[in-house]
Parts: sequence; structure tokens; C-alpha cells
Amino acid sequence: MLGFIGKRLIAMILTMWAVSFVAFAIIQLPPGDYLTTYIATLAANGDRVDPATIEALRRQYGFGEPYMIQYWKWVSGIIFRGDFGQSFEWEAPVTTLIWGRLGNSILLEGLAVIVMWLVALPIGIYAAVRKYSLGDYLATIGGFIGLAIPNFFFALILMYLSFIWFGETIGGLFSPGMENARWSPARVWDFLSHAWAPILVLSMAGTAELIRILRANLLDELKKPYVTTARAKGLSEFRTIMKYPVRVALNPLVSTIGWLLPALVSSSVIVSVVLNLPTAGPLLLRSLTSQDMFLAGAIIMLLGMLTVIGTLISDLLLAWIDPRIRYGSK
Amino acid sequence: MGCVMRLIPMGGKNMTQKPILSIADMSIVFSSPDEADIEAVRQVDLTLTPGKTLALVGESGCGKSVTARAVLRLLDKNALIQRGSITFEPKGEKPVDIAKLKQDSLPLRAIRGNQISMIFQEPMSSLSPVHTIGDQIDEMMTIHEGLKPKQARERTVALLDQVGIPGARERADAYPFQLSGGLRQRAMIAMALACKPQVLIADEPTTALDVTTQAQILDLLRQLQADFGMAMLFITHDLGVVAEIADEVAVMYLGDVVEQGSVFDVFAAPKHPYTQALMSSIPKMARKADRVRLSPIKGTVPAPKDRPEGCAFTSRCPHAFEPCPTIRPARTDLGNGHHARCHLLTRVPVEEPA
Repeated sequence: MLGFIGKRLIAMILTMWAVSFVAFAIIQLPPGDYLTTYIATLAANGDRVDPATIEALRRQYGFGEPYMIQYWKWVSGIIFRGDFGQSFEWEAPVTTLIWGRLGNSILLEGLAVIVMWLVALPIGIYAAVRKYSLGDYLATIGGFIGLAIPNFFFALILMYLSFIWFGETIGGLFSPGMENARWSPARVWDFLSHAWAPILVLSMAGTAELIRILRANLLDELKKPYVTTARAKGLSEFRTIMKYPVRVALNPLVSTIGWLLPALVSSSVIVSVVLNLPTAGPLLLRSLTSQDMFLAGAIIMLLGMLTVIGTLISDLLLAWIDPRIRYGSK
Repeated sequence: MGCVMRLIPMGGKNMTQKPILSIADMSIVFSSPDEADIEAVRQVDLTLTPGKTLALVGESGCGKSVTARAVLRLLDKNALIQRGSITFEPKGEKPVDIAKLKQDSLPLRAIRGNQISMIFQEPMSSLSPVHTIGDQIDEMMTIHEGLKPKQARERTVALLDQVGIPGARERADAYPFQLSGGLRQRAMIAMALACKPQVLIADEPTTALDVTTQAQILDLLRQLQADFGMAMLFITHDLGVVAEIADEVAVMYLGDVVEQGSVFDVFAAPKHPYTQALMSSIPKMARKADRVRLSPIKGTVPAPKDRPEGCAFTSRCPHAFEPCPTIRPARTDLGNGHHARCHLLTRVPVEEPA
């Protein structure tokens, strides 16, 4: 097991290196750089910029140097000093910009994942055990609606309804006064009273998908002979189902936890814009349009990191719950 | 030698020991939303006696497994026991009609695994792939006898030892896929015997195993039966296995039990044409000069929906006559516990061709 983890860690580091290389290449792909965008903006406003100043800025940021040298400067800063570079647009270090945002993202999406599983597990099990019952049909219909409605659209509907019915606007994660307060019961309550809407929106499609997959997996498992064996032992129907087929049906789902983290982050961009959430998604979008390359690179790298860590977690979980994997690959 | 031993009934005194489980006139109907109902089991009468083994033989699809599963009410929801009774009468207790119990009810669960337990055909798929053998056996004792996990594990190890699994203590922590087919079936047997059941149902326990392992498992079952004194219902399609293990045999054809009796009576003097045909379709060891061609049973098994109202074997029976297709033959007692359902047995002798 330790050897397995060690191998995975080495693979992780190599993957991260590849991700950083590609991420840096991609953010440099569009023609021009931040300065050209900056000059264009100034020119549009009628300002003129001194060529000498531009040249100084260019040298300061290292634009115009070969790709490899720029890349090395960036990566060595991250590895040796934990310095992700400077955001041009915000005129602040990237690190101070992204940690809070990324924290919000992870918190929100983590909660969405938990809600997803809490809702989908009982419904999925019910739908499989009572196949073709009214409840199963309702779960199926609800599931398809959940899959079919785009997240951002659902967010818009929710905002509209909440305004019409309760006269409240939903959006943001905190009340104006609470944004920078320290965590306290009051702030947690404030967070929850704002966060329910984005959590609901973010977890909807995933819940629907999870219900469908769980139902299909479980329907396969319920027919297996070991379920009959469990019944023949004298177990109650509830314990039979929970201990044996549900346990086996969960295995393939656990392996998807790894993809869930990055998928949620990238799919939540539009929702975050619509609901005005201070998460990493909108920051990434903005940094990409303004060619704020160090900020964009840092966020892309951290998303890559989330993917790799998520996959590692789900692999370890899978090996933990499924002995066939634990003992199968030596 | 084993045969001689088994001729003497358990307890030794009287030949007619009280049956522990008797199935009378049972019929099971399967319904499906898009097809007509199928009566998979039409007429089953079986009696199991403590310490004895009844082998239920028949071709695939004749309703053997359905009958066995019905005893523990393990059939799917679309199967209905339409008629008949399954009377279970454990020593010193009131008889219960299992056919009348509710499927997930407490009284039924108290019987399942505890008083009547079952061994299945495929030991790989019949054990959970993600739980250890020990965990799956412990459970029997924790649910029926309320043992603590530690005590249950001690019993499990002893059981695994008893069924001949080497290194029982370590093997208890093994997963089914880490064991060979024979060991898995032994573990399955240990599980079935965990609560010292009075009836053991074995649904083709050796079919998925190779011949050597099969012989070992049969020996084991026979020895365990002698130790525990339970009644055994052994389902198989292999007449060789029947001769090996059974005291009594019941022959099934298309949902009907056509003949039941002691192995010696039925094998020596089969009374039902189907049993007769079965016996003559077994290859015999003979000198070259004495060899005869095997005589297969002509025709094929009809689908249950084409089954005649009367005797199911009518379409393939060489002796079929007027009442066969329309009137169901009665269960005729031929003495010494030998029964058969055939019109030939009740025909007035005068009509017999000279």
C-alpha cells in the first residue's frame, strides 16, 4: 500500500510539472501580452503612454524574453518562494488574490458534493429497490429535468422566484458587513443563509446524474446470487440491501469523486458570475480576458492540482473499500 | 461402506421417522407483465426426514431450484405459491406452514439460515466479493444467536476447520476471490451450518466444481450430515451424484414430481416411464459383446405453456393412452414409501395387453 502511494506521489509530481508547462504555454498563446491590452485600453480612453515607460515595464515583467526563461522564472518563484508572481490588473501578488477565492470555491463545492451524495444516495437506492414504482418514476423525471436544465439557468430561475415570492435577492456569499469578518457562529449563519442557493444550483445536475448511475448499478447488483445468499441467512430486507448490493454498487461511484472537484470548479464559472459569488471561477475568466497571465496560470495550475489530488483520493478510497483492487494489483 | 451405514436410519429404532419438512401439492406461478403466467411448478409433494438425504433430480428448467427456493421463500416477487403447503415441523415445536408466512417477516427470518439453511450452486457469485469469508459467516451467529463479534469469529474459525479449510484462522480474513472453487464451496457450507440447522438445502452444490473437488465436497456433506443429524434436500441433475449421496430420490419432470422413493427402489425398479427412460439413458459398463446403444428419451421438453392438462410426460411417453393428456394421474402408493404418478399404475389389469 505504501509503495502504491509512493508511486502515485511521483506520478503526481510529474503530472503537475506537465500541467504547469502546458498551462504556461496556453496563456501565452493569444497574440500580444498584458501590456498590449493595457496600452489598447489606455489608447481607447485617449491617454498616450510614454514608449520609455512601456519599455521599462516590459523589461520588468520579462516580456519578450524566450519562453523557457519566462517559464523558469515563474516556476522557480513558485517552487522556491511560493511566489506565484504579480497580477498586473489587480496590482497585487497572485497569492493574496487567489487563496480566499479558492477557499470559497473549495468550501462551496465541497458542500455541494456532500449535499449531492446525501440527496442522491437514498433516492437512488429507493428507485432501484422499488423499480417502476411511482417514486422511481418521480425520481427518473426529476433526474432528467435536473440533467437537462443548465446550471446558470436554474440559478436565474431561483433568483427570480426568490425575488417574486420573498422579495429577497440572492447572490454573493456574505452580507456586506460580513465579508472580511473572522469566522464566528454569526458569520457561519450568514454564510449558510447565502450559500444555500449556490449549493442547490451546483449540486442539482450532479445529484441527478448520481441517482441515475446508482440506480443502474444497484439494479445490476440486486439480481446477483450473493443477495439471495444474504436473504437466505435470515437478514432483514433492509440490512440485506444496505450491507451487500449497495456496498458493491458504490464502488464505481467512489472512483468518480476524483473528477468531481475540477468539474465542479470549471462548471461553476457561469453560475458564479450569475450569482455574483467570490469564487475562483469568475477570477479565472477575468484574468483570461485581460491576459493577466500569472494570475490565470496560477489558477489553472491549482485546478490541475485539485484534479490530481482528487484522483489520488478516489483511488485510495477505492483501494480501501474494494479488496479486489487492494489485493488484485501487486 | 458408506452405503451400508446410511441404510440404517438415524436414531435406529423405527423406519418411519416423523418428517421434518413436507411439501404437499405445491404449485408456483410466475407472472410477467408482457406474457401469460407460467406455472413453473405444478405439483410437488416431498417429505424430508431428519438424518436423511432426499435428492431432487430432473432436467434443467423442470423446477428443481424453484422448489428449493420456495422452501425459504427466496423467489422473486413475481412468483406466487398458488396452492399447497410447506409444513416445517422442527423437533418439539409447533408445525409452521412456510407457504403462508410473509416474505420479510420475523418468523420467516428466524427460520432462514437458523433452522433451514441453503448452499448455492456458484460459490463465487453467491458470496459477497467485498466482504471477508469470516465476516459473512460471523453474521449468521450474530443475527440468530446474538453472539458478540469475537465469539462469533471463534465459532467461525472452528467451523472453517471442521469443513476442512487449512489455516482456518487466516482464511477467515480472506476474500472469496482469494480462495479456490473448492475452498469457497467449503466456506459456503460452513456458513450454512453455522447455526446447526435442522434442514439443509443444497442447490447443485457441486455442479460448478471439477470432479475431484465434487467427490470431496460430497464426502464432506455426508460426514457433516452424520455429525449434525440434519435432513438434507439435495438438488442435482447428475444421477451418479444421487447414487453417491442420497437415501431417497424424487424425480421431477416439467414442474411435477413424478416419482419419489428410496434410491434402491427407484433405481432398481423405476415405476414412472420418465424415470425408466432416464435410467436407460445412462451409459453402462459392459463387455463389448453385451453393449447396447443408449436409448435417449425421444423428443424435447415442451414449454410449460404447451404442457398437457394431464400428465406432463404424455407427449414423449411410449406408453401414453387415453386418460394421459387430460387427467392428472393420482399419487399412487407402491409401498415402502415409494410413490409415483402414472395412469399405468392404476389401470385395471384386465385392460393390459397380453
